Amino acid sequence: MTTPVLISLKGISRTYRMGGETLHALDGVDLDILTNDYVAIIGSSGSGKSTMMNIMGCLDTPSAGQYTLDGEAVSEMTGKQLASVRNRKIGFIFQSFNLLPRVDALHNVMQPLVYQQVSYRKRKKRAEEMLERVGLAGRMGHQPNELSGGQRQRVAIARALVTAPSILLADEPTGNLDSATTVDILNLFDELHREGQTIIMVTHEPDIADRCHRQVRLKDGQVIEDVRSGQPTNSSL
Amino acid sequence: MFIFLEAFRSAMRAISASKMRSFLTSLGIIIGVASIIAVVSLVQGLEDSITSQFEGYGSNSLFIQQRRDNYGRLIGDLTDDDLIKLRGIDGIAAISPQTFVFEYNGVHYEGTQHSADVVGVMPDFSEMDNSYPEIGRFINTADANSRKKVAVIGPKVRDELGMPENPIGEFIQYGPHWLKVIGVLESKGQMMGQDLDNYVYIPYPTAVGIMGYQAQPFVIFVARVADVDRIDAITERVRSTLRRNHGLRADDENDFNIQSSDQVLQSIGQITQIITWVFGGIVGISLLVGGIGIMNIMLVSVTERTREVGICKALGATRADILLQFLLEAVIISLIGGVVGLALGYGLGAGVANLIPNFPPSEVPFWAIMLALGFSSGVGIVFGILPAAKAARLDPIDALRYE
Ligand SMILES: Nc1ncnc2c1ncn2[C@@H]1O[C@H](COP(=O)(O)OP(=O)(O)OP(=O)(O)O)[C@@H](O)[C@H]1O
Ligand SMILES: [Mg+2]
Repeated sequence: MTTPVLISLKGISRTYRMGGETLHALDGVDLDILTNDYVAIIGSSGSGKSTMMNIMGCLDTPSAGQYTLDGEAVSEMTGKQLASVRNRKIGFIFQSFNLLPRVDALHNVMQPLVYQQVSYRKRKKRAEEMLERVGLAGRMGHQPNELSGGQRQRVAIARALVTAPSILLADEPTGNLDSATTVDILNLFDELHREGQTIIMVTHEPDIADRCHRQVRLKDGQVIEDVRSGQPTNSSL
Repeated sequence: MFIFLEAFRSAMRAISASKMRSFLTSLGIIIGVASIIAVVSLVQGLEDSITSQFEGYGSNSLFIQQRRDNYGRLIGDLTDDDLIKLRGIDGIAAISPQTFVFEYNGVHYEGTQHSADVVGVMPDFSEMDNSYPEIGRFINTADANSRKKVAVIGPKVRDELGMPENPIGEFIQYGPHWLKVIGVLESKGQMMGQDLDNYVYIPYPTAVGIMGYQAQPFVIFVARVADVDRIDAITERVRSTLRRNHGLRADDENDFNIQSSDQVLQSIGQITQIITWVFGGIVGISLLVGGIGIMNIMLVSVTERTREVGICKALGATRADILLQFLLEAVIISLIGGVVGLALGYGLGAGVANLIPNFPPSEVPFWAIMLALGFSSGVGIVFGILPAAKAARLDPIDALRYE
């Protein structure tokens, strides 16, 4: 049983001290994300979108506020528990791909399963399935620098999905890609969403944001708009 | 076990991704371990060879030596009378003096000259020194009693002088003295550059006669005790007998030295141990330097791979996963250095032992192998832990942002 509220941010702030001044990258954000939500985070550059994604992905810690993930208070977790949450509950897709260098596509996708102590053979099988799903069956042995930008992003998506995470966090996943590849990847996201995946995606493009069922707009570290254009398909569950 | 195996896998991946750097990093360890193994193998070979030589005497031997001052002048002599008194001690089964005659240069046979050590001994010597004749016989009591000019020679002396295979009855010349060959000893080979087959043994009284009056003769008594368990008691009696015979008062120091073959072995062992430790210390320093090299490269490597660490943490790696991976990387590099150094040192030791004439073959003792491997992995752990901890402590977001 998952609670319908998967992510709950209450009064989340993230400040940076720059010299004598305090910079509010996030300033008292309240936001609930439901299971199977398909959310676009929008806002101008520097409005705090990435900062919020990093906090939700347990990569960064808020300066103030309560972050509850799947009913558990993240601020009370130990380093080990955080690692386990990052590993099992969160699939993170970075704008800059962040693939492991000198490691081929297959082993990149296998890597998260290492931390779940999945045996080599099972890891390989699951990674292969995932790479086939994102249309990279023929590129498994390629290292990141032998892949195109779109292919790299698909490896990153396969790696984020291979652990079957509760939430897929994507920070401008198509920011570096041409329009044809962008459409391919968005179609894949739509498909995942239909299968029940919760997706949160940062984007600058209005038409990409329009495909999502909910749009959250940030400005100067605050949520200024939160509109829903569709319901989570299986919110009735 | 699982996380160990996985950490090993990624460590190996990182090492093989930069083979040249890994090799250069381990070079310090390779050199350190190679030199310690080479030195230990040579010293060990030497010690074994000396030890086996002394073991020939058996643990029931006593060596009684003259004492000399710092300038090599005699403090007390060992006399024929001492010999007679000592022979009378209950528990001494055999005793023979041994004196080196330096009167003339070399021995001659039919115009051929050869330099050999001429040594005066008594019949008991044969058994105590494990010197048995291959042809003919050893010196007997009759030879000694009537100061016969006879000689038992090592096979090398015979060969160098160009004597017939069986030289019994031939005469060799030592200065103005003609010595009749009565026996040829079995070959004993060489030890520490000393040819053990290059001796000419003559009866002790004959040697004394040849030397005539000499202010500083070199004499040593080799004695064998009947019962090795009583060796301490017998040593004590030898001491008191000699003190009495030399007319020493209660507060006078001994003017002689007594050592059992065990003591001799012990002091040889001590010397080789000191050599080993001194070299060990030098090598320890070089391992330290090697370790610092590893630490240096590992720190660079952690910095270089900061983003990678961030990615792994974002994917769910714990501190322990990261720590173990970097630590294993350091240990593997230095352990490989240890193994390569071991092989290299073994070859070096064997090569040097071969190059130096008459040097005994080198020997790598088991403890040295364990020590080398233990030490190099220890160096890896000690000097790898700091960089590994640094990598493990990285904050995921900071690491991912690192450029
Ligand atoms: N490590 C940091 N130190 C100081 N300030 C930071 C740091 N990271 C982010 N900021 C600041 O926080 C604010 C929000 O940054 P963030 O990366 O969240 O913006 P964003 O909305 O993702 O922008 P973009 O659309 O350009 O990616 C910015 O003003 C930025 O300068
Ligand atoms: Mg951003």
